[in-house]
Amino acid sequence: MATRETPGLYGYLAEFREPWDLIDAAAKVRDAGYTRWDCHTPFPLHGLDGAMGIRGTRLPWLVLCGGLAGLTLALLMQWWMNAHDYPFLISGKPLFGLPAAVPVTFELTVLLSALTTFFGMWALNLLPQHHHPLFNSERFRRATSDRFFISIEARDPLFRGEGTREFLAGLGADAVEPVED
Amino acid sequence: MSQHARRDVAVLDGDNLVLGGAARRIVAIGLAVGVVGLGSGFLLGRAAGDGMRHFLHAWLLNWLFFLSLSLGALWFVPLQHLTRSTWSAVVRRLAEIVSGTLPLMALLALPVLLNLGDIYVWADPTRVAGDPLLEHKAGWLNPGFFTLRIVFYFAVWILLATIFRRRSLRQDATGDPAITAGSERLGGPALILYGLTQTFAAFDLLMSLDAHWFSTMFGVYWFAGIVASFFAVMTLLTAGLQRSGRLVHAVTLEHYNDYGRAMFAFVFFWAYIAFSQYMLIWYANIPEETGWYLRRQQNGWSAVGYALILCHWLIPFAGLMSRFTKRRVRLMAFWAVWILVMHWVDLFWLIMPELSPGGIPLRLMDAALLVGMGGLYAATLALVAGPRLLVARRDPRLQASLNFENY
Repeated sequence: MATRETPGLYGYLAEFREPWDLIDAAAKVRDAGYTRWDCHTPFPLHGLDGAMGIRGTRLPWLVLCGGLAGLTLALLMQWWMNAHDYPFLISGKPLFGLPAAVPVTFELTVLLSALTTFFGMWALNLLPQHHHPLFNSERFRRATSDRFFISIEARDPLFRGEGTREFLAGLGADAVEPVED
Repeated sequence: MSQHARRDVAVLDGDNLVLGGAARRIVAIGLAVGVVGLGSGFLLGRAAGDGMRHFLHAWLLNWLFFLSLSLGALWFVPLQHLTRSTWSAVVRRLAEIVSGTLPLMALLALPVLLNLGDIYVWADPTRVAGDPLLEHKAGWLNPGFFTLRIVFYFAVWILLATIFRRRSLRQDATGDPAITAGSERLGGPALILYGLTQTFAAFDLLMSLDAHWFSTMFGVYWFAGIVASFFAVMTLLTAGLQRSGRLVHAVTLEHYNDYGRAMFAFVFFWAYIAFSQYMLIWYANIPEETGWYLRRQQNGWSAVGYALILCHWLIPFAGLMSRFTKRRVRLMAFWAVWILVMHWVDLFWLIMPELSPGGIPLRLMDAALLVGMGGLYAATLALVAGPRLLVARRDPRLQASLNFENY
């Protein structure tokens, strides 16, 4: 992690009026090679992922692991309960019959997959976060209504203080301002 | 929603949106293939020397295979109106064309309806006499009432298909958005009628092959196969038309992505229903219910059952899961063919053990009839499409559909 040039500075915030301006600007930030930066929009923007160069998420692999864990756990649980710890014969079926075990196995696979998806998404997004330095900006409040923002963090290796500020201004931003940490 | 890339309906101006001269070529080739296929199938059936019983079962199998595709389209079109679906507006005309094959399917029902006694136990008086269950069911399962029901199902299906297709074609001429609003209102009642007729058709045409057996889930089981194979056909039709230089700008990878999702979902839905039906019968273990499965677990038939679990569910489930696959037309076409093959195998597994419980009866005439009916089916598709547009050009949701994107 690069050291910060100015102590107390979180980064620069650039404001855009139109979604397509943001997408064009995001592509240029991506091409400039910045890595610790983000876009903030009031609603999901098609094409922004590509413009930011965001790679596919690792979440599906986590979900696969969660699902397989649910599958294994369910089968083991049912075998242990019905056939091992307390053998219990039900209407002449095998002590551990696969068809009878499938519904619980299916449900537990789905349950652990869903929980992994939900909390895995939290973890990968570093949630929950009760505060974020960008909330220090008065301007940033409009990110939830009618403005589009790009923030570049000071800890980005390419961050050059004034240089970054000018870079952002050159992208067609309506306003660029520093944000305190 | 990237406004600067928004595509106007005018992008279709540079697109080839009709079959044109190809329609007549397809009709001619399709008819020729149809006559040769069905003719050689008939001769092979005569040569088999089993009183045409294999031929008739193979006919039922292949006829139901193509009927599945038409019924899938008949389900799809009202559903898109009912849900006011945006994504499908550019491809809905193709489904309307597929549902236009139902008159051909009604015609192809004749060999079945004229030879009920050679296919269905309950239609053979010598087998009904002395069988308390069959005698008890004779009020419902008798040739007269059965034929009447099949005629009724086809009347409803052809009527629904015609209504929705005609309305859509009328909109091509007038551009009146009220037509879309009216189709939306018709969508709900149409789907209720579809659900009832398709379920009862499954009971009559497939389940009554073993008239002792019953499963209330059976209609949904066939439905799952119908929808999966319908989206497979849509994938192949769209890919084929695009390869021939048609609909090139109209249909994007986003639409293929949705075909893929639907195939993926219904491959799993099929397995869910198949297993639910199996588990209830396995658990209750009542002889009149288990007999049907027992027949499919003996004399080599269990291999087909395991093949279905593996190839109708597990392999395509894994194969279609990724977004990567759904956005590659060649891969999608591969899985579409795969699913169609497996739907055929599924119908084979439903029908053929009743003809031949002692072993798997694969004959050349099965393939001959498949190819023959396929030829007639393709010819009918081209005939229905005719010189008309392959896209509902003035549908009010077309613009949104052209710009449709998946998140």
